[in-house]
Amino acid sequence: MKTYNYDVLVIGAGPGGSSAARFAARKGLKVLLIEKRPDIGSPVRCGEGISKNWLPEVEIEPQKLWIANEVEGARIYPPDEKTFIKLSAAKAGNEVGYIIERDKFDKYLAALAAREGAEIWVKSPAISLIKDKDGKVIGAKVRKMGEIVEVMAKIIIGADGFESQVGRWAKINTMVKDRDIVSCIEYRMVGIDLNKDFTDFYLGSCAPGGYVWVFPKGKDEANVGIGVALNKLKNPGEVKKYLDDFIEKHPGLKKGQIINLITGAVSTCQMPQSIVTDNVMLVGDSARLIDPITGGGISNACISGKIAAEAAYESIKSGNSSKEFLKEHYEKKVREKFERKNLRNWFAKEKLSMLSDETLNKLVDAISEVELTSISVKSLLDAVQKKYPELVKEFEDLL
Amino acid sequence: MEVDTSKCNYCGACVGSCPVNCMYLDETRIIIDEKACTKCGFCIRVCPMGAISAEWFK
Repeated sequence: MKTYNYDVLVIGAGPGGSSAARFAARKGLKVLLIEKRPDIGSPVRCGEGISKNWLPEVEIEPQKLWIANEVEGARIYPPDEKTFIKLSAAKAGNEVGYIIERDKFDKYLAALAAREGAEIWVKSPAISLIKDKDGKVIGAKVRKMGEIVEVMAKIIIGADGFESQVGRWAKINTMVKDRDIVSCIEYRMVGIDLNKDFTDFYLGSCAPGGYVWVFPKGKDEANVGIGVALNKLKNPGEVKKYLDDFIEKHPGLKKGQIINLITGAVSTCQMPQSIVTDNVMLVGDSARLIDPITGGGISNACISGKIAAEAAYESIKSGNSSKEFLKEHYEKKVREKFERKNLRNWFAKEKLSMLSDETLNKLVDAISEVELTSISVKSLLDAVQKKYPELVKEFEDLL
Repeated sequence: MEVDTSKCNYCGACVGSCPVNCMYLDETRIIIDEKACTKCGFCIRVCPMGAISAEWFK
């Protein structure tokens, strides 16, 4: 069996893995980035909506190549759809900005990693981890375009997404409860009625524990998708039925055609107890770094990838890749960055999923009348207090 | 348990949801370790395509 040696092995060439490989290679480390699929970025498993504010932090220059559409803001619809909350792009945080072409975006990020000197293997899944006699991970067996080889590395970065085999094989507990798993299906539709300038979100019993999204990719073309929490699903294929029912009730969507179908799942949990072990760090979705309320994970993946690259550099420089070292230099920084917001949004998600359609209608009705120049806890609470005082009690702990 | 390959998209929703890690996603194959399976049904319910079935799942 052929054996290869690297400083850093990154498993998975999504945004998190490519960012980790890119910044580790820039530091002069010998980096290998492997991707199980033959085509990086494809098939797409994503709603493709990203915000803009985090891009400079990970040194990504917006490119025409992967921007399908730029939106002004987001509209959030309650179940009765009689009104909506309008969020301008500047205020909407993680939900709006660009609608991207994820396959091109992922390839672009992988190319950035390559240009920094990272080696890339496609069609090369990791099939198991290699451990030493103490059980520490020291590499991975990889099926490199059909041939099984050994890749030894000082640091292994797991960037293998929601299914995260690396974390499980390395015995990092990233198990997710059913209330924190969202099953998703999305159609790319053409020939539909659309306002190209807004991403639309629909809340309530149309998507229990999740939401329906319409992300415009062009003047009559959008990603129309749904996520439903697993604890609300009883029967096989139920999530597809929810989406089909939603489309059936919306003539502007119903008249369109589906040109792509994608599926997947996201985690909407609190941060796991640990995202490292000896010689191993998890980034992005595999570390469960998804925003629990939006289900968005690209920004967190890229940022955590960059932090992991810096930690890998420090680790290799000092000759210490122990769990404790990686906790200090990677996990701690990730927690400082994401944990508070993640926890707050997790509570918000839990609360939202418990509200009845009737309550959601009232809530959005009250909030939609506020001039949302600045979304503060207080302005929202005041608006609801004014119109539906009895509602405030129900969710003041959330706000 | 059975995965209907005419419905499966190989998206990994089932693999990531399995609480005992008894599923593995190859490039175009879902491999299930039936001995490790606890019959929780997560994979069957999470699958957006309804591609997974089992006799014990009602």
